[in-house]
Amino acid sequence: MEQVIVNGVYLGSQYAMIALGLTLIFALMNVLNFAHGQMYVIGGFVTYTFYGQFELPFVLALLMSCVTLAVLGALIEKFLFGPVIRRSAREESTMLLAAGIAFLLVFGEKQRGVPKIVDGVFNWDFRIIIPYDRVLICFLAILSIVAFITFMQFTRTGRALRAIAQDRVAAELMGVSVNRYSMIGFALGAMLAGLVGGLLVTITGVNLGMGGPTSIKAFMMVMIGGAGVISGAILGGFILGMLEAVGLAVLSQYGDITYLAIFVALMIFLAIRPQGLMGKPWG
Amino acid sequence: MLSRADTPRLPLILGFAAFLIAVFLLVPFLISVTGRWNFYFTLTSVALLSVASAGVWLTFYIGRINIGQGAFALIGAYVSAILVTKAGVSFWVSLPAAGLFAGLVAVVIGLPILRLRGVYFAMITLVLTEVVRLSALALPITNGAKGIVSIPLPGELSLFGITIIPDFSTIENPKLAFYYTACVLMVVCFASMYRIVHSRLGQLCRSMQQNEELASSVGVNIAYLRVIVFAISSFFGGLGGAMFGAIAQSVYPSSFVVKDSIDFMLNCFLGGLGYVFGPMLGTLVLYFGWDLLFELGKYQLLVYAGTLILLILVLPNGLLSIRFGRIRGLWK
Repeated sequence: MEQVIVNGVYLGSQYAMIALGLTLIFALMNVLNFAHGQMYVIGGFVTYTFYGQFELPFVLALLMSCVTLAVLGALIEKFLFGPVIRRSAREESTMLLAAGIAFLLVFGEKQRGVPKIVDGVFNWDFRIIIPYDRVLICFLAILSIVAFITFMQFTRTGRALRAIAQDRVAAELMGVSVNRYSMIGFALGAMLAGLVGGLLVTITGVNLGMGGPTSIKAFMMVMIGGAGVISGAILGGFILGMLEAVGLAVLSQYGDITYLAIFVALMIFLAIRPQGLMGKPWG
Repeated sequence: MLSRADTPRLPLILGFAAFLIAVFLLVPFLISVTGRWNFYFTLTSVALLSVASAGVWLTFYIGRINIGQGAFALIGAYVSAILVTKAGVSFWVSLPAAGLFAGLVAVVIGLPILRLRGVYFAMITLVLTEVVRLSALALPITNGAKGIVSIPLPGELSLFGITIIPDFSTIENPKLAFYYTACVLMVVCFASMYRIVHSRLGQLCRSMQQNEELASSVGVNIAYLRVIVFAISSFFGGLGGAMFGAIAQSVYPSSFVVKDSIDFMLNCFLGGLGYVFGPMLGTLVLYFGWDLLFELGKYQLLVYAGTLILLILVLPNGLLSIRFGRIRGLWK
């Protein structure tokens, strides 16, 4: 039981970070970023290159992941999403663009791993067994989430981003440079994806094929918590992580039906509460 | 938008006739002249994929972004395969059965999820695709990851002792037979789509696309309508999937995955969401584009995605928006 909870928290902390980036981009630009999973994979590859290949310190490699993805995100917003959003007759066209980018960012199928950062396994009376590197990653993930919330709450940029998320037009009328902050927000969302990718490469390795499934999980989290709401993304991430951990422990004898069960539960939940736990209702 | 009153009949009928001649006479003739028999498979695939894309287009028509057509195609493929191999039903019975079953599933799933809108609906349908794949892996009747293989070719279809469609395994060239079947399916599908769009149902759909609350307030039963449209859409998906399974003679959980669902959606986008025949053109262009780029090896996906992004930057409203942009009064 304790083991399941620990696993849930561990999964949840990663998931929450992925969902945060996705929900941030959605809140700012009303764009469903299909390429989010791919950005996460790229983050993993950058960390792999710097930490695994060039043998630089792990923290430096992580930083490189963040910087690369932030630049990439800013460029994508500036040259791709921005123009399309301004010119298209239907807002759905951005989805085609997002899907195109998702294809663009993935070619080839490779599996890469890096050596562990810390060795050893935490063992509490055989009730909780968890490797130290997972503890470290979980801790770093939670730390990043806290840092992100602090940034959104207490800085000028964060305030501008929250204003745009609430009402784009009103924010613009109040003198917020919407174009500039959209770019910053997109970069920030992409950076979060890259950071998780960099963190997880030490545990699961990185595989170009894992972008798609990651995006799908991120969508589920965002639906549970409510799209465009930061607290919702965090909650959704931890709930999905917990459900997955419990599902794997309880339902394993019936085969691989954890996600089937989660989906059925999600549909019933959405029938009762279509806007998710924290989302704003329509109208 | 499309309305019945100002659509001239004659150009429409001429265009339709030209299309039929091209599909049923010209293409087989050209292929037999040039001897490129493998083109049949490509064109058959395009026809079937455009049937499934047409379904997606119909959900776009009520203002919903549907990325779950892969799920219904997979359901259709499995229903047909199971009926043919395990129950020994004729393929020609299993084909509509697959469509109907997919439609039924769409009604059950649609009732709760069609309350969602915009990105929420897009996300849940995307998740649905993945869940159907996982179910196909987990359920005993679908035979797991091994899939259902060596499905027999479609048998004879006869009515009152008269053979309408001969047994495919006795035909000299089953590729041609599949091509004709797929094209008939495509023509019927798009003709009925055209009919739906120009009927009262189509008008109601357009009202929903613009504003659901407003439509509801003037007496449109939106809850009923959207489930009906979603069921029709999934029916097309099921048909396309079942036929695909019959051609490949095998179904695996990976026959239709998230990428296929996204492709169906891209086909509609690329062709143009304002045009009934958009999905057909979009499928043709995307499928052939992908095949042509095969020469480029590992850069295939890169060039493909790059072209796609360029297209959306230049033509954000679909390919047909250039062709019919100038003669708008005639077609739109």
